[in-house]
Amino acid sequence: MIGLIHKGSFQTKPVVIRCFVLLHIAILSLLLMPAVHAEEKLQVYTVNYPLEYFAKRIGGDYVDVHFPAPEDVDPAFWMPATNTIAEYQLADLILLNGAGYAKWVSKVSLPRRKLVNTSQAFKDDYIYIDTAVKHQHGPAGDHSHAGVAFTTWMDLKQAALQAEQIASAIKKARPELAQLFDDNYLQLKKELLQLDKKVSDVTKRKPGVPLLASHPVYQYLARRYNLKIRSLMWEPGVYPDAASWQNLNNKLRKQAAAWMLWEDEPLQKTRDQLSSMGVNVILFRPVMNRPQQGDFMTIMEDNIMALATAYED
Amino acid sequence: MTSMGQGSEQVLDSLYIAWQYVRWNRGKTIVLITSITLIAFLPLALQVMLNESEQQLRSRAVETPLLIGAKGSALDLVMSSLYFDDEVPETINMQAVREIDDSGLAQAIPLYVRFQARGFSVVGTALDYLDFRDLKIAQGRMFTVLGEAVIGADVAERLQLGPGDSLVSSPDNLFDITGIYPLKMKVTGVLARSHSPDDLAVIVDTKTAWVIQGFGHGHEDLATSRDATIILKQDEKIVTANAKLMQFTEITADNIDSFHFHGDEAIYPITAVLTVPNDEKSAAILRGRFVDDARYQASRPDDVVDGLMENIFRIRTVINAVIVIVAIATVLTIVLVFILSLRIRRDELETIFRIGCSRLTTVRLLAAEILIIVVTSALLCAALLWLVQANSGDLVRGLILR
Repeated sequence: MIGLIHKGSFQTKPVVIRCFVLLHIAILSLLLMPAVHAEEKLQVYTVNYPLEYFAKRIGGDYVDVHFPAPEDVDPAFWMPATNTIAEYQLADLILLNGAGYAKWVSKVSLPRRKLVNTSQAFKDDYIYIDTAVKHQHGPAGDHSHAGVAFTTWMDLKQAALQAEQIASAIKKARPELAQLFDDNYLQLKKELLQLDKKVSDVTKRKPGVPLLASHPVYQYLARRYNLKIRSLMWEPGVYPDAASWQNLNNKLRKQAAAWMLWEDEPLQKTRDQLSSMGVNVILFRPVMNRPQQGDFMTIMEDNIMALATAYED
Repeated sequence: MTSMGQGSEQVLDSLYIAWQYVRWNRGKTIVLITSITLIAFLPLALQVMLNESEQQLRSRAVETPLLIGAKGSALDLVMSSLYFDDEVPETINMQAVREIDDSGLAQAIPLYVRFQARGFSVVGTALDYLDFRDLKIAQGRMFTVLGEAVIGADVAERLQLGPGDSLVSSPDNLFDITGIYPLKMKVTGVLARSHSPDDLAVIVDTKTAWVIQGFGHGHEDLATSRDATIILKQDEKIVTANAKLMQFTEITADNIDSFHFHGDEAIYPITAVLTVPNDEKSAAILRGRFVDDARYQASRPDDVVDGLMENIFRIRTVINAVIVIVAIATVLTIVLVFILSLRIRRDELETIFRIGCSRLTTVRLLAAEILIIVVTSALLCAALLWLVQANSGDLVRGLILR
């Protein structure tokens, strides 16, 4: 009898152990489920590079940030292909710059609840441009195509506010990681405000230095740091025609300026011609698209260093 | 055993003779069967249809927590927003959506149900609507850019349309030549059948609906136009075009860049905001906010539909009473027909008696005739009811909720 019981125990022992182990695996799997959920990366799509950079800094490894515009286009005037729009539609969050940036957004269908206007906090402070042509027709009466200046992040304090909106949206989507996102955001904010202080310090040295800009993209920079900028409509890769040079001459005659901000490296010929007119080039990149080298912070550092030359004694 | 066998034989004989009689008097039999079938079918079919309407009205209403619309008829607002009724309620504007968004208490889905395309409602909304109603694409893809549409399963079936085809919006008013241009919309997808009013809808982005209305439009660049005859006046800043300026009536990859909207989106019209509060408390706060707002009304569709159902029940009671009276009249007529028929058949029945059949056999023959007529009517009624029951969803959507 005892032998039989022992024999039975020996046969059932491995089965009991197996069941015990399986039970533990099941319980562990159940316990780990939220962790697995947390590891599902949040899919975030953005409309320009600064927002991509901020989202990556805040989301870290827990967020997949996508900015699908090709490197050689201006994201403000890009029109994504149908399949790219479909990708945006499937995102968890779509970060918009606001201020009318990325005109394509008004022509496509995106899920409203996924849209985040990152400049919402300062929408009352948008700068309106009143130089566009108006026309009148149809049921809406007199219309204006005047737009809003959209390079909002050039005011680095505004950039920090945009980062705050991004952090808030990401935290709402992944509340279990809120502390981590908060820490990342605070670090980013600190760095942006340090840059802000640097620009302020540089431009305070010689207030009122007259500057020219090759393109009207520095409105927020000018407002925040009290810069005296007059804008032209020149492209870095195109040599200006005679009328453009004449226009520049007229502007210089009204008020001399020794420095011109360029959003990208101008042609050498342009640079030489400017130099002959006593105008020096300052490369101040708005960094709308992904840079070939460096990132938002390093390019802003370079911008500030370049700008500093205009404010040296 | 023998008497039972004889009894069933007599019943069969009676049924055989009765069958021969009703066959011979086809006209009378058909009239009687039709009368009895209809008088039984009508109240039962009405019951089936009303039950189905109630179920459809209630289920969609219960699934829709809150509607914000212009002050006015709550019923119009609900019927337009939930069932895409032809009656267009007063419009509000996108500011309402912004206010709800800004409150953080609910998800706001705009609805602009105003236009038609080949007899079907064009529902201008956001992609969120399709998620909210759990509408899936069965063929093709979701709309992505201005001028694209996805269509309900019934629209696709009845108009024989599929992905890649086009659908033109109907003009608001045929005699308003200065009014709305028809827009040729591209069908990008067909929705899976949802057995709801969405099967009968052409769903577009609100922006496409605004293009239909003319708030968004595309045309050649006035500043660079070579046609001087389209310019009414021009100064340094303003170019005013005259009516000769043609607007694009189809949005293509080539002209989409020229499409634009004027002014702040907040002023653009919508008919309702489908509001999905975060929780009961948020719903109560939102309703409280809109109660005192002179611009809006906040309606709970289930309350409105409950009110509607009460009216329907009242109407049903009246209809039932009418049907009962008609049924009594019909039954009396049928009895009269039988009595008159017996008079006409007096000689025939006398002959049956004289050749040796008992009075009971005569009664059995008449009972068999009535049985054949009643059973045939019952079977026909059941078949018709089965048809109504099987198609009640479509019938209700096509006849009652449209």
